[in-house]
Amino acid sequence: MAGTNTGPTAVGNSATIGSQLFSPPPMSRPLTLLCSLTLLSAVALRADDTIKIGEYASLTGKEAAYGETSHKGIALAFEELNAKGGVLGQKLELITEDNQSKQGESSTVVKKLLSRDKVVAILGEVASIRSLEAAPVIQNAKVPMVSSASVNSKVTEVGDYIFRVCFVDAFEGNVLAVFAKDHLKVRKVAILTSVSNAYSVGMTRVFKERFLADGGTVAAEPKYSEGDKDFRAQLTAVKAAGADAIFASGYYTEAALICKQARQLGLNVPIFGGDGWDAPPLLEIGGAAMEGTFLCAHYSPDNPSAEVQNFNQRYQARWGSMPDAWAALGYDSALVLADAIKRAGVADPKKIRDALAVTKGFPAVTGQITMDAHRNPTKSAVILTIKDGQYKFVQTVAP
Amino acid sequence: MTEFLQQLINGISLGAIFALIALGYTMVYGVLRFINFAHSDVFMVGAYVGYYIGQHVPEHTIWGGTLALVGSMAVCAILGIVMERLAYRPLRGAPTLNVLITAIGMSLLLQNLGQYFFGATPRPYPELFPVTNYQFGGLVISSSQLAVIGVTLGLLIVLRFIVLKTKIGTAMRAVSLNPKAASLVGININVVIAFTFGLGSALAAAGGVLYALNYPSIDPLMGTLPGLKAFVAAVLGGIGNIPGAALGGLLLGIVETFVNGSQWSTYKDAIAFAVLIIILLFRPAGLLGRFTVEKV
Repeated sequence: MAGTNTGPTAVGNSATIGSQLFSPPPMSRPLTLLCSLTLLSAVALRADDTIKIGEYASLTGKEAAYGETSHKGIALAFEELNAKGGVLGQKLELITEDNQSKQGESSTVVKKLLSRDKVVAILGEVASIRSLEAAPVIQNAKVPMVSSASVNSKVTEVGDYIFRVCFVDAFEGNVLAVFAKDHLKVRKVAILTSVSNAYSVGMTRVFKERFLADGGTVAAEPKYSEGDKDFRAQLTAVKAAGADAIFASGYYTEAALICKQARQLGLNVPIFGGDGWDAPPLLEIGGAAMEGTFLCAHYSPDNPSAEVQNFNQRYQARWGSMPDAWAALGYDSALVLADAIKRAGVADPKKIRDALAVTKGFPAVTGQITMDAHRNPTKSAVILTIKDGQYKFVQTVAP
Repeated sequence: MTEFLQQLINGISLGAIFALIALGYTMVYGVLRFINFAHSDVFMVGAYVGYYIGQHVPEHTIWGGTLALVGSMAVCAILGIVMERLAYRPLRGAPTLNVLITAIGMSLLLQNLGQYFFGATPRPYPELFPVTNYQFGGLVISSSQLAVIGVTLGLLIVLRFIVLKTKIGTAMRAVSLNPKAASLVGININVVIAFTFGLGSALAAAGGVLYALNYPSIDPLMGTLPGLKAFVAAVLGGIGNIPGAALGGLLLGIVETFVNGSQWSTYKDAIAFAVLIIILLFRPAGLLGRFTVEKV
């Protein structure tokens, strides 16, 4: 489309330049005007011909394991939708930007998506801290954003244009607190929190609230920052405090090193974490130290349900590997958005937002999605354990 | 008491790594009076070279680990010399600020080349040396922690010997004292400076491999934080002073560990840097640095 239209435009331009250089002009003024008009209509036509959707993700950097598979899930959803003829008779165009897992990058790339690419909706991010960074920019532009996996409750509180397709940390923290009390039968837990990670801080808060309310105690609450590698000091303090179990509420890179150093120090109590643990590098870095640890997750590929097994097959056929939670959630975020565009009837940000807000009983891979008044879905979680270097399904916890 | 001693062990092993990196900063500063900010990225390259050599030698063997360590030191020594030849030598005699900015540029270049060639995703590090945990009563120390302390001590002694007892060491001290006078008495300044860079980079590589063995996840930006801490350690000990760098590193490691193990762990960097400021208020030239009045 663009290719066929640049032809006459180029001729028109060179003719205009020509008319300035030589006299008499080789092309009359009305003709030049006509050419510019065709150019204008071509631009308008081009904008209409696909529905542009932006995506910002951590494709490289510290949390690349999240961004990489969530991007693959989103890409698969777009390919499948376009193969069926797109949405509203138009193809969907995905414009992806990498934020390198760095602070400050997400708002920059999102501004680019909004102002230069003029996207009608934005997908992303997995990490809460980066969703929290980009959401205000997107909210100000009045464009809907659907986060695939940011569980921190503050994310959708940014404004009425911000949605998510995963459960919130308040639910996940409760699941873990109940699991620690009933399944692990521990009363005295040490909590390790990454103070520079919004997800970790939120998880710690909700877990602690519920665990204390249920009669448990917190033995120690040492803190660390993202990118730290030495946790021996914190773990020595945990050991001295005599905790029955450790809750490591941060992401996988740090969690793996925490488990490894805990075992080195002879700290053999159960260790568990949230959905931030759900990434293969956790197993590679942590190795044998991860055996017998637990985590709460959004999704397990072992789930025997037909939707999950069907999705596994299609994902594996496309990418050659099994999907993880981020792939499934990425896929779901794209489908929920496409469904909203379909119901809106027009690719207009405001209309899409209104349609998203009334999403009801949408059959997604990670469970049925119904948006509540705070633009969060209510969904079930799964508990996984690590055995023989692999994630193993333990149980599903309904909301 | 057990907790206190365990934290002390943790602190010393963390501090030993800071000390190892700080030695490189302080040596280059001592000879050239300039801070090589790319040092922390040579540290990263060292870890990666060790990683790639580690793919070709069997894990958990002393000779395999030693080969990776020495190989990585050799590669980084060459990298350091090349870096000096291409980036810093053309600027010799230029104002200090120009060289400083070139060093920051070099640091960014290495980081981004690292992201390009190695990929930005963190990688798990192989266990090059045999790993065992030694127990004394309630205290635990791992073999990799012991290796860090041992290697740092060993390299410190070797470095001291080179600087004080060898010909090239004497030349280094002469250049440090007065480069012009040194060249007048027949010292080849270029050779001395290239040697200093090579030696400093080899130390950074050793630090990189040992750091990665202790904290087995590496990425191209891994040098930034330990590099900054090591720089602080060098300043704390008195920049340009070799035993000072070691002392500064140990002190910083121990302070950081004790703060991390306490209830104020949220403010660990704030407290570590507050200690630095207080020490520098009382001893502006660092703990072991000598305060010299600049003659105008």
